[in-house]
Amino acid sequence: MLFIFFPIISVVVQSFHVEHEQVIRSVETCDLFGCKQSTTIDQEATAALRAESPLGQFAGLTTYLDRNHLAVDEVGATWNRTDSWRDFGSQMLNLPFYKAMGFTLTYTFVVTPLVIILGFVIAVAVNSATRVLRGPLIFFSLLPMMITPLVGALILFWMVDARGIIGTTLQYLAGDPNLSVKASTPLMWIMLMVYGVWHSAPFAFIVYYAGLQTVSQDTLEAARVDGASRWLQIRHVIIPHLLPLTTFIALMQLMDNFRVFEPIVSFAANAHATSLSWAIFNDLGGETRQLSSAAATSVLTIIGVAILLSPVLVRTWRDFDRK
Amino acid sequence: MFLKKVALASALSITAGAAFAACEISGNVSIVGNEFPAIHTVANGAAACTGGEVKANLTADHQKINLAGMQGNPAEYTSAIIANSSIVALMNEDVIRPLDDLVAAYGQDIPKNQLITIDGKIMAVAFMANAQTLAYRKDVLEEIGVEVPTTYEEVLEAAEKIRAAGISQYPVGGAYAAGWNLAEEFVNMYIGHGGEFYVPGSAEVAINNEQGVAALNMMKALTEYMNPDFLTHDSNATGAEMEAGNVMMMNMWGSRMGNLMDDEGAEEQVYSNITVGGPLTVGGGTTPASTLWWDGWTVAKNISDEDAVATFLAMKNGTSPAILNEETMSQAVWMIEGYTPAPVNDGVFAAIAAGTTSYPMLPYQGLLHTALGDNLSDFLLGKESAEQALADVEAAYTTAAKEKGFLQ
Amino acid sequence: MSSKLKRQPPAVTFLIVTILAIWMLLAAFPFLWTLWGSFKVEGDFFSKANWANALTGTLTAAETGGRFTGDGYHGAWIQEEFWRAAWNSVIVCFFVVTISLTLGTLGGYALARSTYRYAFWFLLAALIFRAMPPITLVSGYLPVFFQWNLWGHTATTIIVLVAINQPFTLWMLHSFFKNIPAELDESAMVDGCTRFQAFRNVIIPVMWPGVITTGLFSFLLAYNDFAVTAMLLSKENQTMIPKVASFLGTTQTKGNVMFAVSSVVSVTAPLFLMIMFFQRQIVGGLTAGAVKG
Repeated sequence: MLFIFFPIISVVVQSFHVEHEQVIRSVETCDLFGCKQSTTIDQEATAALRAESPLGQFAGLTTYLDRNHLAVDEVGATWNRTDSWRDFGSQMLNLPFYKAMGFTLTYTFVVTPLVIILGFVIAVAVNSATRVLRGPLIFFSLLPMMITPLVGALILFWMVDARGIIGTTLQYLAGDPNLSVKASTPLMWIMLMVYGVWHSAPFAFIVYYAGLQTVSQDTLEAARVDGASRWLQIRHVIIPHLLPLTTFIALMQLMDNFRVFEPIVSFAANAHATSLSWAIFNDLGGETRQLSSAAATSVLTIIGVAILLSPVLVRTWRDFDRK
Repeated sequence: MFLKKVALASALSITAGAAFAACEISGNVSIVGNEFPAIHTVANGAAACTGGEVKANLTADHQKINLAGMQGNPAEYTSAIIANSSIVALMNEDVIRPLDDLVAAYGQDIPKNQLITIDGKIMAVAFMANAQTLAYRKDVLEEIGVEVPTTYEEVLEAAEKIRAAGISQYPVGGAYAAGWNLAEEFVNMYIGHGGEFYVPGSAEVAINNEQGVAALNMMKALTEYMNPDFLTHDSNATGAEMEAGNVMMMNMWGSRMGNLMDDEGAEEQVYSNITVGGPLTVGGGTTPASTLWWDGWTVAKNISDEDAVATFLAMKNGTSPAILNEETMSQAVWMIEGYTPAPVNDGVFAAIAAGTTSYPMLPYQGLLHTALGDNLSDFLLGKESAEQALADVEAAYTTAAKEKGFLQ
Repeated sequence: MSSKLKRQPPAVTFLIVTILAIWMLLAAFPFLWTLWGSFKVEGDFFSKANWANALTGTLTAAETGGRFTGDGYHGAWIQEEFWRAAWNSVIVCFFVVTISLTLGTLGGYALARSTYRYAFWFLLAALIFRAMPPITLVSGYLPVFFQWNLWGHTATTIIVLVAINQPFTLWMLHSFFKNIPAELDESAMVDGCTRFQAFRNVIIPVMWPGVITTGLFSFLLAYNDFAVTAMLLSKENQTMIPKVASFLGTTQTKGNVMFAVSSVVSVTAPLFLMIMFFQRQIVGGLTAGAVKG
């Protein structure tokens, strides 16, 4: 347990601090190509500051409220400056946090239900196939999830290129030879979501499929004897039976989709869509790592997930009460 | 193809054994660095030293682990191989040691120009260089009757002619992928326009000015001749476009020219006509719109003096003239005595000769680079004005610099 | 089940077959395309000129003399010694799956049968842990691991992967165990079994579909993980995915993408065998009459 909670605590602590003041000095720098004036950090002066408070300066909520996160001042100013909702919205999307939230929420609420529905349909379909076919069917159904996203997305990324096989097909279908998925923001969003559904549907499928194996055959038999049609059997026997699993899938999918990250990187989509996880990656991936900023975004992500999951959690809480 | 490589590799290991036998160390060496062939060569050269253990961890994620790995005491890594952009992250946290006494005692034979000094202290030893310069299709430029462009304005003219002649609809290429690549292109273009990134002597950014707007407008003008997907094109994708015969002119890394000009990945007509030019200037300026880069090695601070000496000797051996042979010669533009450049390296040397500036080695440049990469694509997509994009960059940078303690 | 299929009206059968056919096409086509393309050179498979090059293999013929080439496989497995990384992945996957399933079945069962509220809090805490982006977690671990000299070892990575995965495993098995009627083990306990015997003799035989499925996810996590393995493993302990990533190249250097493609294709084959092997367990499930629900 300690192992699990140590990093969370350290991240929370980190998010309330910013780095020491860095004492900057003008110096001459020489490399292979000549000398020039530049600046460097005065290590002696900075070391003294560092020794005083090893965690950095305590900043309270400053990092959370600054422009690269909740941007309270900027939102306030925008609110006063703009007079229509439309205008306000577009100005908000210029702020990195709200831009990321815009895509993250859309993605989460589009992908999650589609994954659940598609996964269920496939599970029922595979379950009705003959026994011999099921092994290969399961294997191929799981492929989108099994191929490592690193290479899977690379290949798909190339396939949707304007000269790739899917890209060319789309151009043909749309009758527009200049159509390029990668150049347009709406198409990029759609592609990311399609990829998300494609990649996660096997997850819902296999969970449902395993759940279907525990459906009581007696109950089904009884329903059949009573003359229930196939649809009624699904409606009244199978769906109630799979409900706990649906809660589980919904929880996992909401959480994972809220952290959408890999497709954005693999599809180089960051010009068109960003997410909170991508922002963290971006903070940590630069030449100078922005730990406090990444920590604050992480805490905001956790809060976001908690809010998102609260309805499901309340339900689970009630379940426990009932027992 | 593979047989050839294997044969060369084994030949290399034989000669390596003979050439490096002289290196004797008493201490342990552990290297962290990026992963590409030239760095492997250096690590192998260092590993040829006997008397102590030499380990190397070469990975594309080296920047994520080198700092953490050098902060412990004793440090996990005794040496980090870095570039001029990434050395500042190590210097900011004070994890690398000045090399003056080691150079005085053991490194008198290292050429002076390889020593990177900051504030009079030697902090790193450079061993290779890189820069972005023009790559163009000789045959296409001849066909439309245009001289090899030396400025971006000439690139635009040539591009218009190529398009008008129906040779290619999108004749210009560039690594404009949103993020690091796009920011790098802006840095090039802004320097080419004579811009200064900061208020002198401070961490205060100052790019929302005439030069900044001019640089963005030139980039936008170039993107008109680029494949509409340009914001997703990193240097891999741009290189592939050129090899496919779609792109006729582009600004490309010197280290990748070899791949463009070899016989893999392209038709004969294409690869035999790809030629390396010099760096381009822009807006009538004389400083090329490009930056020079070097890769070099450092020695960790939190290690015993014994290991530091061993590391110094091993790394010196790994970047000594002895590592150069037929196989390694073409891996990079080595800044090592005895290196004979091939035609593919003309661009980098032209860039050095033309007085190209090196990428700014400033404690806070990384923050600005990240901010540029995140905010410029909105302008290129036509969603906002150049001034607004630059204002966004400044605001994002200022916030990040406050979080990092560079600004109060 | 097959008898059930016969009783279905043709319309339903047709619908099912159509759904399956479309889904199979969507799921398998990119893979089959990759399988085909892995025998081409990069200029063909990732052609920027015309996608049909991947079918005809124009450049493959020009560069290697044949329409198909095994260069990608040769390069990855022999030249780059991909088998080392593959073996490391086998070790990591095996231990991650074994440890998390052992802890997960016992913990999940206990949580599902427990009437105390703490189960809820425990799951909530576990969920928060999973909500945290792994990259932040790893950044938190890094300095500590370097300090304690734990960095680079396979065991450290296994523990971190188990820790990241455990909340998920627990929750999933918890849901499965809740699906198994409590009457089953309660009746066993009435017959004089202890809780543990009830678990062993009654629950274990019926839990396989859930356990196998959960195990599959643990496996996939360990197998596909990049964020943790890339940053926590030293070169000699490197698993497959970081190795594949190293084939892809960086800004200033060109990688060898076909090595990456062929290594990914070649490690999918053992997965196929594995699923064919375990699908009996998944399909097996509960026999009619075992549950009086």
